[in-house]
Amino acid sequence: MTSLKSHLGHGDAVMSTQKSHREKLRISDLHAFYGESHILHGIDLTVKQGELVTLLGRNGSGRSTTLRAIMNLVGRRTGSIVINGNETLGMPSHRIAHLGLGYCPEERGIFSSLNVEENLMLPPAVRSGGMSVEELYEMFPNLYERRFSQGTRLSGGEQQMLALARILRTGANILLLDEITEGLAPVIVQRLGEVLVTLKERGLTILLVEQNFRFAAPIADRHYVMEHGHIVEEVAAHELDARTEMLNTYLGV
Amino acid sequence: MATFLGINLFGLFGQLLVGLINGSFYALLSLGLAIIFGLLKIINFAQGAMYMLGAFAAWLALNHLGISYWAALILVPLAVGAVGILLERVLVRPIAHEDHLYSLLLTFGIALMLQGLFTHLFGSSGLPYAIPDELKGGTKLPFMYLPDYRAWIIVASAVVCGGTWWMIEKTRLGAYLRAGTENPQLMQAFGINVPLMVTLTFGFGVGLAGFAGVMAAPVYSVSPEMGSNLLIVVFAIVVIGGMGSIGGAILTGLGMGIVEGLTKYFYPEASTTVIFLVMVIVLLLKPAGLFGKEA
Ligand SMILES: Nc1ncnc2c1ncn2[C@@H]1O[C@H](COP(=O)(O)OP(=O)(O)OP(=O)(O)O)[C@@H](O)[C@H]1O
Ligand SMILES: [Mg+2]
Repeated sequence: MTSLKSHLGHGDAVMSTQKSHREKLRISDLHAFYGESHILHGIDLTVKQGELVTLLGRNGSGRSTTLRAIMNLVGRRTGSIVINGNETLGMPSHRIAHLGLGYCPEERGIFSSLNVEENLMLPPAVRSGGMSVEELYEMFPNLYERRFSQGTRLSGGEQQMLALARILRTGANILLLDEITEGLAPVIVQRLGEVLVTLKERGLTILLVEQNFRFAAPIADRHYVMEHGHIVEEVAAHELDARTEMLNTYLGV
Repeated sequence: MATFLGINLFGLFGQLLVGLINGSFYALLSLGLAIIFGLLKIINFAQGAMYMLGAFAAWLALNHLGISYWAALILVPLAVGAVGILLERVLVRPIAHEDHLYSLLLTFGIALMLQGLFTHLFGSSGLPYAIPDELKGGTKLPFMYLPDYRAWIIVASAVVCGGTWWMIEKTRLGAYLRAGTENPQLMQAFGINVPLMVTLTFGFGVGLAGFAGVMAAPVYSVSPEMGSNLLIVVFAIVVIGGMGSIGGAILTGLGMGIVEGLTKYFYPEASTTVIFLVMVIVLLLKPAGLFGKEA
């Protein structure tokens, strides 16, 4: 009896270390505030190594705030955010990136006082093994052609590619991408979809905020649905067909 | 006497030289202000006091420690920069999130206190600082006599301003600074320690004023008021050039020195007000300044 129990206990410990190793991001009971406004009300989510997970939801449901809270860019946070096994709630923003995070903000954040190449070279490496500039120019040939243009002179699609390319250079292996397809032409959306598939094949872990469900559905492993600062549903890719109706009600499509 | 169309060329070139010298100091000081304003969004009213501090530090170093002008040219900007770093960390940082009016008042208060302290310690009459031996000579040019030290001021200031411009506009470090000026939050999210960058930038901007102070010691007398007198003009120059443009701050500084020099020759009565006149005209025609970006 005792031996069985200790045996089980041992097995549990092994399982849990394996599990936490596979977990690149674990958020528990996360509350976030902008000044007095309480925006996130106890978020729980996990993203495993190599997964592509989306945050779906209506406008204002708190998806961008979740990503900003991970980067410590909101006013105040409580709860827990564990990245690669490190608790980051007390960490200053600039240390978080060095855990291997790459953040692509909703407004893209291309710097107008920098040219395209300077924008691309700007974020410091956070891990080794980032993509080389040549590789990135190959992936996004437009950026190469326009490398000496002012960053904000690029088209919306090119700016989005630049915002994505510059975090791929840093070696980040967890990407937080906020509405990268917003307002872009279908062919560019398609191109971005191909890029995400490539990144996933390379083993990157991606948390993707999306409005465009048709873009997200075929490439994602799991979806979280947010409403009013809560996570209200979690849907695995294979459950999508069965739960379309629920999603339609939440996303209002 | 050499004249051309009734113009006394000796007088004209003499005033042009004075204008270039003054312009060199304007450029150094407004450059420091522009760098600090870019990243911190505050107007450092203590910049003039830091210039004064630089001149006094050079004087003290020479007279009490036997540190030569040349050594002071390196050491004093570092020391003044360190004072700036301390100021930023201890006084400016705690009110950084408040209305910028507070930091303006704070730096203004620091300037008044430093000026008062130095008046108390050294009196207000001004102390002499000898031109270093290596630069005591001069060159006779066609229409003027160019003292070596004056030529040195122009060259050294051009090198420092040009080097700073190059560093900010052309290097990776400068890209950090430009990007941090635009969107510090995102830079922080990329893993850059923005608070540290802010502190070092403040130290560098203030160090430039310290450098200008050492340069000024042999030409202007070292006195507690030297900073406040200069700073009023420099603020006008910053308004003319437009905040936030590094190249603009340098060019406007030099240009306004020359405008002032020319005015001194052609219409001496207006020489002390001409810069303010230009400021008013620029504000009316292009409120963001000559090199400023319209909001
Ligand atoms: N800086 C801020 N200060 C105060 N409230 C904010 C701020 N930014 C966002 N909010 C509020 O937080 C809530 C969630 O916003 P968030 O940007 O996370 O939504 P979202 O799900 O990304 O939606 P979308 O991007 O489509 O608008 C909204 O009600 C919004 O008004
Ligand atoms: Mg959003």
